[in-house]
Amino acid sequence: MSGLQYDVTIIGGGVTGAAVARELSRYQLKTCLVERAEDVCSGTSKANSAIVHAGYDAATGSIKAKMNVEGNRMMGQLSEDLDFSFRRNGSLVLCFDEEDRPALQALYERGVANGVPDLKIITGDQARAMEPNVTDQVVAALYAPTGGIVCPFGLTIALAENACDNGVEFKFLTEVTDIKKLEGGYELAVKGQDPITTRFVVNAAGVYGDVFHNMVCEDKIRIVPRKGDYCLLDREAGKHVDKTIFQLPGKYGKGILVAPTIHGNLLIGPTATDIDDKEGTYTTAAELAEAAKKSAISVKNIPYRQVITSFSGLRAHETNDEFIIGESAEGFFDAAGIESPGLSSAPAIGVYLAEMIARKAGARKKADFIATRKGIPHVAAMSREERAAIIKERPDYGTIVCRCENVSEGEIVDSIRRTLGARSLDGIKRRVRQGMGRCQAGFCTPRTMEILSREAGIPMEEICKNQPGSEMITGEA
Amino acid sequence: MEARNLICIGCPLGCPVTVTIDGDDISVTGNTCPRGADYARKEVTNPTRIVTSSIRVNGGAIARVSVKTKDDIPKSRIFEVMEEIRGTRVDAPVSMGQVLIADCAGTGVEIIATKSVDRV
Amino acid sequence: MTHHDIVIIGGGPAGLSAAAAARKAGIQDILILERDGVLGGILNQCIHNGFGLHTFKEELTGPEYAARYIAMVDEEKIPYKLNTIVADISKDREVTYINREEGLMTIKAGAIILAMGCRERPRGALNTPGYRPAGIYSAGTAQRLMNIEGYCVGKEVVILGSGDIGLIMARRMTLEGAKVKVVAELMPYSGGLKRNIVQCLDDYGIPLKLSHTIINIEGKERLTGITLAEVDQNRAPIPGTEEHYTCDTLLLSVGLIPENELSKGAGVSMNQVTSGPNVDDRLETEVEGIYACGNVLHVHDLVDFVSQEAALAGENAAAYVKTGRTGKEGRAVPLLAQNGVRYTVPQVLNTDTMEDTVTVRFRVADVYKDRYIAVYYDDKLISRKKKKVLAPGEMEQVVLKKSSFGDYPDISRIKICTEVE
Repeated sequence: MSGLQYDVTIIGGGVTGAAVARELSRYQLKTCLVERAEDVCSGTSKANSAIVHAGYDAATGSIKAKMNVEGNRMMGQLSEDLDFSFRRNGSLVLCFDEEDRPALQALYERGVANGVPDLKIITGDQARAMEPNVTDQVVAALYAPTGGIVCPFGLTIALAENACDNGVEFKFLTEVTDIKKLEGGYELAVKGQDPITTRFVVNAAGVYGDVFHNMVCEDKIRIVPRKGDYCLLDREAGKHVDKTIFQLPGKYGKGILVAPTIHGNLLIGPTATDIDDKEGTYTTAAELAEAAKKSAISVKNIPYRQVITSFSGLRAHETNDEFIIGESAEGFFDAAGIESPGLSSAPAIGVYLAEMIARKAGARKKADFIATRKGIPHVAAMSREERAAIIKERPDYGTIVCRCENVSEGEIVDSIRRTLGARSLDGIKRRVRQGMGRCQAGFCTPRTMEILSREAGIPMEEICKNQPGSEMITGEA
Repeated sequence: MEARNLICIGCPLGCPVTVTIDGDDISVTGNTCPRGADYARKEVTNPTRIVTSSIRVNGGAIARVSVKTKDDIPKSRIFEVMEEIRGTRVDAPVSMGQVLIADCAGTGVEIIATKSVDRV
Repeated sequence: MTHHDIVIIGGGPAGLSAAAAARKAGIQDILILERDGVLGGILNQCIHNGFGLHTFKEELTGPEYAARYIAMVDEEKIPYKLNTIVADISKDREVTYINREEGLMTIKAGAIILAMGCRERPRGALNTPGYRPAGIYSAGTAQRLMNIEGYCVGKEVVILGSGDIGLIMARRMTLEGAKVKVVAELMPYSGGLKRNIVQCLDDYGIPLKLSHTIINIEGKERLTGITLAEVDQNRAPIPGTEEHYTCDTLLLSVGLIPENELSKGAGVSMNQVTSGPNVDDRLETEVEGIYACGNVLHVHDLVDFVSQEAALAGENAAAYVKTGRTGKEGRAVPLLAQNGVRYTVPQVLNTDTMEDTVTVRFRVADVYKDRYIAVYYDDKLISRKKKKVLAPGEMEQVVLKKSSFGDYPDISRIKICTEVE
C-alpha cells in the first residue's frame, strides 16, 4: 500500500513481539518492531519462571491451551534452529491431600484433552523416588515429561536477532503514545519522534496491551499487572530438584514453583498480587517471605541462605483469563493478555498471527529466508580443544571478565557487535550472563563498562544499566 | 578544667584516651604508646589529618595515581587541599614518592604519589 | 605437562608474601597466577593509609604496602603471569589457567598456595526488597571505579554496613564532593576499626545508625531513595521506626566472603563458619600439598597479619616440596571454638610435628567487655588472659607452644573460648 511506511508494525519487543516478528519475516512484508526500552526482552519476558509448560493448566478448547501445547511442541526444534538453551526436564504437580485427588485427576484429564503427551499420575512415593527432596506430605503427583525450562532472554533475543537478520527493522527507545486510524492503515504517534504509518498493527505490548487495544477497538479490555516475586538461589543449590515442582491449586491457594533454571540456579516463586502500577516491578518483604514459606510445602531443605538475588515480574493478566489473539479491529491484531503460559506459547502465537496477517495482506513467502541463527559461543562450556582453538583465533576469549559465570571479554564484545547488539549493561547480561552470578556483578562491572564504552563508543558517564535514566556513574571524580 | 574522651587514630588499635585541659596544661591518660599522647594533644589544640586521594594521569597505564599528603595537614583545610588535588593533572610516567603538588593549598605540605604509573 | 614446584593462586598481599617466603626458604621454581593486569590485589584500590604498622613499623597506604612486596618479587625474579585466571584445580594439584597468550593451559604443581582473597556480599544475598535500579554498588566496586578508573558513582549516598570498607568509602565519597547522608549498621556495634569511625564518620558529621537496616529500595532506573528501619534483637525490622532518605547511591559493605570456588573443586573441605578451607598448623588444607592463606582462608582485618600468615604458608609449602613434610603424619588435635569464640584458624593442630609456636587466630561473636580468653587442653585450663574489649571486627590471637603439649601426650582437643570473671 503506497504512502504507508510499513506493512506491519509490532508494538512491543518481548517474547511475543519477537516471535511474531520472526514469523512475519518469512514473508515479503516491510515490518518494523517498536520497543520503548533500549533493548528487546526488557519487560515481563525478562522476569518470569522461565518454564515451558506442558499445557494441562488452561481450559480445554481455549486459545491458551492450544497455543501452549503447540508452542511446547515447537520449542525443541526452535531451540536448535535458533541456538538458545532449552531442556525438557519434566514437571511434577504435587497433591498434598487425599481430598484434592479429584482436582489432580481433573488436571490430568484436561491435559489429555488438550493434547499433552505422556501425562501420568504417580504416587507420592514415586514422586519422591524421582525427586528425593519432595516433601513427605505429598500423596500423589501429575508427571508431565514434556515440561521444560528455557532461557527466556535467549529465546527472546534469538527470535529478535533472526527477525532482524531477515529484514525486520527494530526501533528502540520508541514509545508509542497514540494510534489513529488512517486510510488503509494506522498512524502511530511516537514520543519525541515523527509518527510511524503502517498498514497493520500488532499489539504485543505486555502490561500495556489494554492501552493500545482501547485506542483502536470498540470493545475495551483491561490488563491487570499481576506481580510475581521470585528468589534465585546459587548454583550450589541448582541440583536440589531436577524437575519443575508445581503445587496443585487447592487448600494452599495458588502455588509457588521450585525449579532448576537452565543455567543451573534454583528458582522459587512466583507470588501473585494484582497491582495498579504498570511499572511496579518491586519486590516486597512479605511476598519474598511468602515465596519461601510456600515453597517449603513442596520441597524440603531448600537452602534459602544461598539466595543470590530476587526480582519481580508483571504478568499481563486479562480479566477473562484468556489470551486475546487475533484481528480485533480492521488491520489491528492483538496478542494481548499473554501471561503464563506466554513464554511457552510465543512460538505458536508467532506462527498463528503471522499466517493470519500474511493471508490478509496476500503476502508471499521469501525465497531467501534465513531459518537458523547461531548464538554467542559460551567458551567455558566448550571442550578443552575447542576452547584452545577459539582463544587462538580470538585472544579476547582468553580473558575472563565475569569470574562467577566464566564469561570472557570476547563474549561480551560479541554481545555488543552482533545483530541487535547490547547497548546497556543489562543487555550484555541477558546475552552472555555476565553479572548473573553470586557476586551479582560486583567484580565485573568496571571492566564490562569499559568494554561497552570502547565497543559501542558510549562515554562512560552515559553507560546505563538499562534505559536512559539508569546511568551508572555521575562523571569523573 | 575540661576532660574530653577521644579515640586515638594513630594506629588500628584505636585506644580510648582522655585529655584533661586545665588552662594551658594538657594531660593525657589511656594511651598505650607515646604517639597516642601526641595525637591527643594535637587533637584538642590543632587537629590534623593525613589526606589520601587520587590525581588524574595523562598518558598513563592507569587513569589515576593514588596520592597522599606527605605530612598531616590542619583538619580545617581538608576540603581546600582536596579541591587543589581535584584540579591537578599530571603526565605519566609517575614514580612512587614523586612530589606532584609542592605546597598544597598553602599548607606547606607536599602531595606525593603512592604508586608508580608507567607511560603507555 | 609443565611442572612448577609451587604455584600460587593470587598475586595480592597473601600471594606475594607467600612467594617471597617460599623463595627465601630456597624454592626457585615458583609461579604466581594473577587475574588482574597488575600485582597487588585489592591493595591497589585501598589508597587510604593504615597498612604496615606491624610489618614495617610505618603507616603506609595500600599501594605503598603492595609495592614493598612487589619489589621483593621483582628483586628475587619470581615469575608471575598477569591477566591469567585459574579455571580449575584438581586434587592431584593440576592447575588449569586461561589467558590470551596461552589459551587454556594445565600445569602440575608440587604444592599449591590458595591466595584468592574474597568477594563482597551483594544486595541480592540480603534479599532487600524494592526495585533493582542502577546506583547500588558494593563498596569495593565503588572504590575500584573511583580510585582506579577515576569515576564518581553518585552524589547523595547512603551506606549500609559499618565495616571498614563502608567507613572508608564514606570518607572517600565525601572528599570527592558527594553527600553521605547516613551509615546504617544492622548490628548493635560497628564492624570496623574505631579509628575509622572517628576519621571517616565523626570528622565529617556523618551519622551512624546502629541496629538499623534497609527495608525498601526505590527508583526504577536509578536509585531515588531508601527506607531505613530499626531492628530488634532478632534483627527484624520494628514497625513504626521507618525513616526515608532520598539518595541516588547506595553502597553496601555487608560482608566479605572468601572466594573458594576453586578450592571446592580441588576437594578441599570447607569450614562453615569462615567459608574458607579447614587447615592445620602448617596452613595445609585436608588435601596434601594444598595450602591456604589470607582472605581466602578467613577474612582478616589487618594486611600485616595476612602477610604473616602467608609467609608461614610459603615456608610450609617450601618444606613440603623439599622434604615431603606435611603435618598429616602427626597427631591431629582439633581446636574447638566455644563460648563466644566463633572460629579458629587453624582448625587442627599437629602437636607432634608443629613448630615451636603456633599462632591461633580467631574472632569473637559479639562485643565483650572485661572478658578472659581461655585455652583448655581437654578440660585442663592452660592459660587465661584478660581483655578489656573484644569485638567481632577485630581479629585476636593466642600463641600455643609445642613444649606445652609435653604433659598432654593423649590430648584429644584444644578449646579456645571466652570466659566472664
